[in-house]
Amino acid sequence: MSNTPDDRKYADSHEWALLEADGNVRVGISDHAQELLGDLVFVELPEVGQQVGKGDECSVVESVKAASDIYSPVTGEIVAINGELEDTPEAINDSPYQDGWIFVIKPEDTSELDDLLDAEGYQNLTEDE
Amino acid sequence: MTKKTTLNAAHRELNARMVDFGGWDMPVNYGSQIDEHHTVRQSVGMFDVSHMTVVDVNGSQAKAYLQNLLANDVAKLTRQGKALYSCMLTNDAGIIDDLIVYFLDDQNYRLVVNASTRDKDIAWLEKQAENFDVEINEKPKLAMIAVQGPKARQKVCSLLPDRLGLSAAEIKPFSACWHGEWFVGRTGYTGEDGFEIMLPEDKAEGFWKQLLEVGVKPCGLGARDTLRLEAGMNLYGQDMDESKNPLESGLAWTIAWEPEEREFIGKQALLDTKQQGNSDKFVGLILEDKGVLRGHQTVVLDDGSQGEITSGGYSPTMERSIALARVPANIGETCKIDIRGKLKNARVVKPCFVRQGAVQIEL
Repeated sequence: MSNTPDDRKYADSHEWALLEADGNVRVGISDHAQELLGDLVFVELPEVGQQVGKGDECSVVESVKAASDIYSPVTGEIVAINGELEDTPEAINDSPYQDGWIFVIKPEDTSELDDLLDAEGYQNLTEDE
Repeated sequence: MTKKTTLNAAHRELNARMVDFGGWDMPVNYGSQIDEHHTVRQSVGMFDVSHMTVVDVNGSQAKAYLQNLLANDVAKLTRQGKALYSCMLTNDAGIIDDLIVYFLDDQNYRLVVNASTRDKDIAWLEKQAENFDVEINEKPKLAMIAVQGPKARQKVCSLLPDRLGLSAAEIKPFSACWHGEWFVGRTGYTGEDGFEIMLPEDKAEGFWKQLLEVGVKPCGLGARDTLRLEAGMNLYGQDMDESKNPLESGLAWTIAWEPEEREFIGKQALLDTKQQGNSDKFVGLILEDKGVLRGHQTVVLDDGSQGEITSGGYSPTMERSIALARVPANIGETCKIDIRGKLKNARVVKPCFVRQGAVQIEL
């Protein structure tokens, strides 16, 4: 059974988005997603300063099985990336919600987060898969 | 309706992640695919390959039939149990399938063909059998378990019934022994030593569990794919199909041109292709930049001409991305690969990356 913490929101494309105290949004992929992908072997990160729109492809995670696009859950500017993933992409498998974060966005409008699923809604979605 | 092997429940008990593989519900991994891969390289793992198709060819003209059917020559098989890898070609030399043929005696051979090509293979085998005194006998009630890795022989032999363990301990690579319905080939698809064991379906779960008890790790089709890729072994449907001939698929070594008087299906087309000069060749690639090579990515040569990756992925043993590719014959020592619009650097190597646990390429 995958783990789905209720402190954050989820996109139906399996990213999580955590609104932090400074108003930025941290993004990664769900436990369910990393389980489906299998062992992660490469992460293509976005660039700091890059402007992204909600739903834009801005990163790619590759597992032993397949490449998967990561879509930005909100519109804004990338203000941090997890450079550790370049050498240890498996952090996403081991710790999808903590060490395996992928990037941080300074959002234009945090109300975009309301369009995402809460933990319960996301869990219902993944149970149907 | 997906088909299930007799070990389906055993896989589910082990919490395998199951996928549809050519119409079969098969385990892709049980836990970490990379761990499964390393276990086979360093110790011993096992795979359920019961979805593969076993076909016996029996009859007074079995040898002549197979000499006509296959691009490799079963006349090379003189020792009982010896195996041969071959392509089965169309008249145009397209590859219908690749297979292993075991020599039981001049009137009895056993073929193991791919699962995904089963229907067309059987149809072709039967069609070609019309002019020969042979019977094509599929063996759907046999399960097959591949036990692979440097410790495979040590683990398997004591678990085989009767005296089969003693025979199995003696057989040379690419040979088989059998007793009743149990059939043990020292063959595999990983680049490691090991056995492929065919056995009656109703014995399969018990044998699988015995193997588990002695510490053989279950491995899924995911690890099977990265292992065969590292070993530089072609996968039917990716690295070759009916639109490609063996010369452009790295399989020229499997064509028996001698004796010259032997006719086989596809021979004339192969000779014509050879005469025209074959423009494509089959190579291995190692990605020098970061990223992952995948099937269908474009290979760009220094002169701008292009080829294609046929299968690619991550090599757990080398911790690099590797691939097999079909490219213009003038390719140099390096090339570029188009990965999502960016050109990445790759090195061109012989398509055999890892064998017997050892990396074959200078990194």
